Amino acid sequence: MSRTIPTTTTEHDGHAEHHGPSGLLKWLTTTDHKIIGLSYTITAVVMLVIGGALAELIRAQLATSNGHLVSFAQYNELFTMHGSVMIYLFAGPFAFGALANIIVPIQIGAPDMAFPRLNALSYWLYLTGSITMLLGFFTTGGAANFGWVGYAPLTSSLNAPGAGADLWIGGLMLTGFSAIFTGVNLVATIFYLRAPGMTMFRMPIFTWNLLVTAILILLAFPVLTAGLIMLYADRHFGTHIFSVAGGGVPVLWQHIFWFWGHPEVYILALPFFGMATEIIAVFSKKPVFGYKGMIFATISIAALSLGVWAHHMFTTGVVLLPFFSIMSLLIAVPTGIKIFNWIGTMWRGEIWFSTAMLMSIGFLVTFLIGGLTGIYLASPPLDFFTHDTYFVVAHFHSVVMALLLAGMGGLYYWGPKITGYLLNERIGKSQFWFLFIGTQVFTFPQYILGLQGMPRRMAVYPHHHGWVTLNEISSLGALLIGVSTLLFVVNVVVSWKKYPAGDNPWDAQTLEWFTTSPPPHHNFYRLPQIRSERPTWDHNHPEHKAIAHENHEG
Amino acid sequence: MESTTLPPQGAPASGRRWRRVRPLLIIPFAGVLLSGCTLPNFGVTKGVTKSSVNVYHLWQWFSVGAVVIGSLVVLLLAYAFLRYRRTDDKAIPKQSQYHIPLEILYTVVPIIIVVVLFIGTLIVENPEVSNPRTDVVVNVNAFQWGWKFAYPGHSVVVVGQTTQNPTMVVPVDTNVHINLTSTDVVHGFYVKEFNFSRYALPGVKNQFTFNAVKTGVFSGQCTQLCGLYHSIMYFRVKVVDRATYDQWLVANRNVSAAAAAASATALQNNTYVPSKPTNSKAN
Amino acid sequence: MRIEAKLLLFLGLFFGAMCAVYWTWSLENAGGVMMFAGMLLCFLPGSYYYYWSRRMKTRPEDDPNATTEVGAGVVGSFPGTSIFPFLLGMGSFFVVLALVFGIWLLIPGLALVLWALLGGTSEGRRGGQV
Repeated sequence: MSRTIPTTTTEHDGHAEHHGPSGLLKWLTTTDHKIIGLSYTITAVVMLVIGGALAELIRAQLATSNGHLVSFAQYNELFTMHGSVMIYLFAGPFAFGALANIIVPIQIGAPDMAFPRLNALSYWLYLTGSITMLLGFFTTGGAANFGWVGYAPLTSSLNAPGAGADLWIGGLMLTGFSAIFTGVNLVATIFYLRAPGMTMFRMPIFTWNLLVTAILILLAFPVLTAGLIMLYADRHFGTHIFSVAGGGVPVLWQHIFWFWGHPEVYILALPFFGMATEIIAVFSKKPVFGYKGMIFATISIAALSLGVWAHHMFTTGVVLLPFFSIMSLLIAVPTGIKIFNWIGTMWRGEIWFSTAMLMSIGFLVTFLIGGLTGIYLASPPLDFFTHDTYFVVAHFHSVVMALLLAGMGGLYYWGPKITGYLLNERIGKSQFWFLFIGTQVFTFPQYILGLQGMPRRMAVYPHHHGWVTLNEISSLGALLIGVSTLLFVVNVVVSWKKYPAGDNPWDAQTLEWFTTSPPPHHNFYRLPQIRSERPTWDHNHPEHKAIAHENHEG
Repeated sequence: MESTTLPPQGAPASGRRWRRVRPLLIIPFAGVLLSGCTLPNFGVTKGVTKSSVNVYHLWQWFSVGAVVIGSLVVLLLAYAFLRYRRTDDKAIPKQSQYHIPLEILYTVVPIIIVVVLFIGTLIVENPEVSNPRTDVVVNVNAFQWGWKFAYPGHSVVVVGQTTQNPTMVVPVDTNVHINLTSTDVVHGFYVKEFNFSRYALPGVKNQFTFNAVKTGVFSGQCTQLCGLYHSIMYFRVKVVDRATYDQWLVANRNVSAAAAAASATALQNNTYVPSKPTNSKAN
Repeated sequence: MRIEAKLLLFLGLFFGAMCAVYWTWSLENAGGVMMFAGMLLCFLPGSYYYYWSRRMKTRPEDDPNATTEVGAGVVGSFPGTSIFPFLLGMGSFFVVLALVFGIWLLIPGLALVLWALLGGTSEGRRGGQV
């Protein structure tokens, strides 16, 4: 059928949703980006809970130096699947599958994604990929046990026999294609379905970040999928791409994996940066400070991201150290610009400490820690020393926990738009404090442990230097994070259809807050004139337009 | 650190010119960098090799930068939270969006900081990854789940695994050249007191050199996940004076070779049982 | 359309320059090839968009002064519902499981994929199911 963007209110416009199937069939056959996005959100939160449960088991094992909760073999499965679930099945899909899917089309005034059926396929591949990977736990050999990075030749058929490894590969292929299709969809939507007047430099930062993320997905994920096919061929078809015996090169896997893996870090991070940017602007009642600088910073991160992969491989001794060192250090510059722009957005604002804002501030502080420790790791001599120790573990957990904070902020901020109902702010704030404090209690002992020489991926460790105490503190932090996740679930149950949100509960600025909550089938009954990156704000506060250039005041 | 250098294994020929130019760039900074002794240690120790001390100073300077920038951001944030807390939910602040000079400032300053950090990195990295000529060479071979230390030309081999950790004996104040290989999967050679680690890659001979400045026994272990017994794949490095080292070499000549050969055969035949020690001679 | 094109062309140029520096300096082939491919992947759509951006009229979404009325009318064809993405997803699931648990799973897998492809294509020609 054909669609129009009506320019006047037509209350009966959403006829399609009244005639579509209902119940289970509605969820199976929908091509509506909002329903697909909701499916993504629910699945991703389930993955967060599964990955979190695995993390709690890991921390329970490490709470004593000679833990007997799980065996060495089970421990290897635990951290492999914890990392895999969190990175492949939660963080990425939650960012570009769940929230982007729902918000990006509405933010640019589009009726849906450019390819709605491809969008639905993305979700089904994500769901089946997740199930495939988790099936490993139910096979006789257990789940994959070679770390989420799967360094060859530990993944060979000799070292990792059994179905778990193959299910890991298969699950990754499915979710990889899911990501690629979502990337195609996002780029096409943003390039072709913007509302009149929504020029590229009027798109909200969240949409901009998702555009760059989508381009990175298209550059990076095919490399991973190709690598996985090579790996599968090595395991089953007798090729020797990654095995020395047949003349192969094991390090090639590391090159391929990290050529995907480091852009993947920004694929994970950029959407959450976008969420935090929107939230900080809205709850400071100000436009995004340095809007264009923010966009150029995002593009620079994307540009540099293809030239930094081997900073994960400094200790291999076979990569060009100065090149990767300077490229990695340079990433700090656009990231720093973003941090100062966030502060600039709050400066002279009217800061409303809602749950979403608290989460974004928590993101900022935690990300600052993760970012600063990341600068050390860009320096090869310091990386030689901290590589594969808990310092690295703490560093990237600071980063990803910051992203989780921003993501939770995104749920509190955009949840009302999707469901039409607000979440309880009081529970939300206690969730924030558990999550924020838990994160710091969790990571700080790990930084110290790493510097004292505790390697990662150890089921048992020496009983000295007060390592047990530090690990116990870290486990306590993990427990607090677990409580925060439970509080979120409790909040959803407690607030279920209780606090109607209205169209624009936050006095927000971008186009998604112009339509109803939840939006109608094709998103808009009418559109405002778009004359800046804040059409809803301009419509609500015509006398408070952004001041373009302010040269003499800080 | 040393004047005569061999190009590191696998280094491309095109990097040589750059390597010649680099020292000229870094001389003015080297003095400042290596005099960070009065700074706090930021959680790191000086270690026991010539390189580890440099790494320690580099760590101090990176930390100074991190602390200064981190504190600046936190102070700005704290000020904003206190000063710009919402008082009236109807109030709308001035909608200022750009401040070009300020934005240029916080683009240029980080670039300068990054360049300085990069120069510091080069100062420490170049001697650390160089391989000066030396007469002490140890061939280190990592396997699931243990280590083999062979002293070429001396017929001395030390093998040990999870239940009996092997010890590598090396002389103090001497460049020790390590040829690092792996029999099966990727392992990591890591000695905390060296402030250093390096992968043992199958199919690759990785080379590095260290120069221990203190005697003692230092614990090392595998840092890269290598399978089931990764958690307990330890070894020791025993740094002794030159005379003791020479005596040790003579005393252990051929003694451990038989045990090592048996162990290696067992490994190749895949009959290796981790719970049973296969090596008898450590030091 | 011009900014979209320039974004991709800029990324392509940057990757090209980075690739040139990296490949000549390191002589390491895997990364060089991947960076080169990344450059091509940006140039391919980028040059297409650039070609057309010089030959087409400014679209309403690229016109800073466009009114919403300009956008009224047909945007595109959006099927309201479709079962075929689900069937294609399940088909792919079975195909992947066939790689692990046994080749016989290819039979239901490929059957579902084929059904979904045929059904989805003809559905697209009819303009959706609503």
